[in-house]
Amino acid sequence: MTQRKPIATGSDWTFQTLEAYEHAIAELAKEYRLETYPNQIEVITSEQMMDAYASVGMPVGYHHWSFGKQFLSVEQAYRRGQMGLAYELVINSDPCIAYLMEENSLMMQVLVIAHACYGHNSFFKGNYLFRTWTDASAIVDYLVFARKYIAQCEERHGVEAVEQLLDACHALQNYGVDRYKRPSSISAEEEVRRQEEREAYLQTQVNRLWSTIPVPVSELAQSPLHDHENDPLGLHRHGRYPSEPQENLLYFLEKNAPLLEPWQREIVRIVRKLAQYFYPQRQTQVMNEGWATFWHYTLMNRMYDDGLIDEGTMLEFLQSHTSVVAQPGYDSPYFSGINPYALGFAMFSDIKRICQSPTSEDREWFPDVAGSDWLETLHFAMQNFKDESFIQQFLSPNVIRNLKLFSLVDDDRDDSLQIEAIHDDRGYRRIRDALSVQYALSAREPNIQVWEADIRGDRSLTLRHVQDRRRPLGQSLFPVMRYLHQLWGFPIKLESMEGGEIVRRYQWPIPEPARESA
Amino acid sequence: MSYFIDRRPNARNKSAVNRQRFLQRYRSHIKRAVEESVNRRSITDMERGERVSIPTKDISEPSFQHGPGGRRTVVNPGNKEFAEGDRLRRPGGGGGGGSGDGQASGQGEGMDEFVFSLSREEFLDFVFDGLELPHLERKQLQVLEETRPVRAGISKEGVPARINIVRSMREAQARRIGMRAPLKRALREAQEALVAEERKDPVLRNPARIEELKSEIARLEKRIGSIPFLDTYDLRYNHLTHQPMPSNQAVMFCIMDVSGSMTQAHKDIGKRFFLLLYLFLERNYEKVELVFVRHHTVAKEVDEEEFFYSRETGGTIVSSALTLVDEIIEARYAPEQWNLYVAQASDGDNWDDDSSSCLELLDESLMHKLQYFTYVEITPHAHQALWEAYDTVRAAYPERFAMQQIVQAEDIYPVFRELFRQRAQG
Repeated sequence: MTQRKPIATGSDWTFQTLEAYEHAIAELAKEYRLETYPNQIEVITSEQMMDAYASVGMPVGYHHWSFGKQFLSVEQAYRRGQMGLAYELVINSDPCIAYLMEENSLMMQVLVIAHACYGHNSFFKGNYLFRTWTDASAIVDYLVFARKYIAQCEERHGVEAVEQLLDACHALQNYGVDRYKRPSSISAEEEVRRQEEREAYLQTQVNRLWSTIPVPVSELAQSPLHDHENDPLGLHRHGRYPSEPQENLLYFLEKNAPLLEPWQREIVRIVRKLAQYFYPQRQTQVMNEGWATFWHYTLMNRMYDDGLIDEGTMLEFLQSHTSVVAQPGYDSPYFSGINPYALGFAMFSDIKRICQSPTSEDREWFPDVAGSDWLETLHFAMQNFKDESFIQQFLSPNVIRNLKLFSLVDDDRDDSLQIEAIHDDRGYRRIRDALSVQYALSAREPNIQVWEADIRGDRSLTLRHVQDRRRPLGQSLFPVMRYLHQLWGFPIKLESMEGGEIVRRYQWPIPEPARESA
Repeated sequence: MSYFIDRRPNARNKSAVNRQRFLQRYRSHIKRAVEESVNRRSITDMERGERVSIPTKDISEPSFQHGPGGRRTVVNPGNKEFAEGDRLRRPGGGGGGGSGDGQASGQGEGMDEFVFSLSREEFLDFVFDGLELPHLERKQLQVLEETRPVRAGISKEGVPARINIVRSMREAQARRIGMRAPLKRALREAQEALVAEERKDPVLRNPARIEELKSEIARLEKRIGSIPFLDTYDLRYNHLTHQPMPSNQAVMFCIMDVSGSMTQAHKDIGKRFFLLLYLFLERNYEKVELVFVRHHTVAKEVDEEEFFYSRETGGTIVSSALTLVDEIIEARYAPEQWNLYVAQASDGDNWDDDSSSCLELLDESLMHKLQYFTYVEITPHAHQALWEAYDTVRAAYPERFAMQQIVQAEDIYPVFRELFRQRAQG
């Protein structure tokens, strides 16, 4: 590579220099086979960045007080200097929207372009979860649709009614995804076209479900519940509804809640669709940040090697990069959990190392990876995993040693905590398993599913919570059940299961006698 | 492919609506915090916003979460001294060694406060929430002397300068169509008859009939031609009426006793009261002017600096100030155009025989012009003659005269709220 002149020096940027750097990075990215959506890079002020933060990165959002709360806390933290504003903010859309803050120095802008516009962007385009669950070309249109629709509802039904509904939906938004079923893509045009049609159709569906006209006998399945003695007319032989447990609570409510108005169903649907859009992001934090950090590091170094940035810029970059990937120990005052940038960057860098210069340990642990083409392997890892499986597959002993990971068991039946594994031969696998579980969405959130809607009885809705290693539900359970009750309109029951047996029952509204004793 | 967009000139306040929604939702919490802070901080600080904190649990957004208990495995970085199988004491009861991921759920919740800042505007909104300028509306209706012309439809009479051309032409066209229609119909019939007649066999033609028809056609054409394009009664004029214009400006007279008995502490309390009133008026009127009148035995109009900080000694004649205010109103602030407010602060001292002349002055002249008169007496002692006299005025004008006693600085805000609280309608 011939040494070229730096494109720019110093810390001031202009649109010309940014474009030149963007161009240079694009060239290099092509060399590394980073496939991206087109980039729409927006230069904004810090206030606008706070706005963008508050709406969780949605470029257009509907109005809700919780976004205001978010904004106020960001603003407060920023004003008091507790928090630097976003390193970058990038939106999974096509074109991919990335924000640059005007206050950033030249180095930061270049870093963010490398990190967001080529790192995150290629991740959005390549990773299987994003490919399955989100439709980058439709999201902005869908957000516009959602915002308009909700604004219309506010005009028609009052801000308060809509706010109540959104509160209830937000409480359940983590339970608005079909984890094991491929979703249909969201498209704004489609939504607008079909929205009214769906409204009418949905209502008839619900009506049928709740209608009291009996179903023809031929359609009735024989069920063990059918008892000629007590139920000669066979009113209860329909079996349980729904016949299979439902994990997607919002979907179930949207389709089955007896009393919701059509517009309310549509809003439930909007919250559900947006939850689905964010679903991949929640599962690929380590990978996504690690990938982007790996590439900004690689691209910046490469530009320095090619002479496109000078030493001053490079030093500034290294200082910033080092603080991004710093991982304070568990006992440090700066500790706040595992830093996804640090873990992800360490893992991707280590995969590259294993490919290029494997040790005998690596050959034993990663026979397929050791010595393979690093770029090929890295792309494979990025495309086909989520945090949980990525860690299970690629967390190497070397990374465990470097981060000095240890796993700790906290069992309420034991009066002390126990160190289960540390970074030694006996511990690597156990740490890898434990860390993988730690990032599994199914272990992070309680497993709660719709068990039965008593459509022929008191219309109560029964949910089942399958306890994970005896972990009970937290205090916020009752507020959430209250919201569920608002949506469903009839009593809500919740049963905690452990080993196939019900260990605890909850109910909302709380029955009268229980309330006295409580 | 990439492109850059400069979004900096775009609107900044994308979150303004959400922010307002939040403030609205937690109104009662914020109000409580604001009231506490108003009592705590000096009124001279009113010009800045305030940090407000709300217990996190009150504003949390609930979701299903794991509670403490059960068996958990947590992976943490930075091991220094642990070996496999080591047992540790559970730190500080319950909870457990800081969970790695984002489960902040059960631990130490409720201790946290959600802290944020209100802007000055928002802060003052909360300070003055539920307060009202007494009888603002009624008084505004009284102040109807000033009017401005406004368009009020169309009239048939008017001066040429106000002709509405479009409407006039439309009228003219309607009239022309209306007047021509029967003539045109007759004309058409006559022409058709003529054509029919002329087409007849020459033997059967009636020359007299043809002649008659021709003259009829000529007559009709002439009549059609003579319909005027624009007639006087087509004309329409823009109509203007004089609409009364509510006056949207106010003057606030600050009257303070600066005699020897008023200490600097008294004056500070008075100043805070004036400041609150000023901020409050400022929110209700487009323009608020301030007039400072201080007095001992003689009254004098002064600027703000002198008003609050220069010291005088001597006796006290309150009526001198009231007289001066009356003169100033006569000279500069016509009650038809200005909403007049008087705020007086004093320690209650007055020369014995002067209180009755104050009463007279207020009753006969001032109270008829004023929107509201507030009097605060800054004294821990028993009331004197002035209070008695003012009490009589209050009885006579219960809606426009208010007085309260202030003992120390903390009393100001409650007293202020009391003076301006929203009164039940009717």
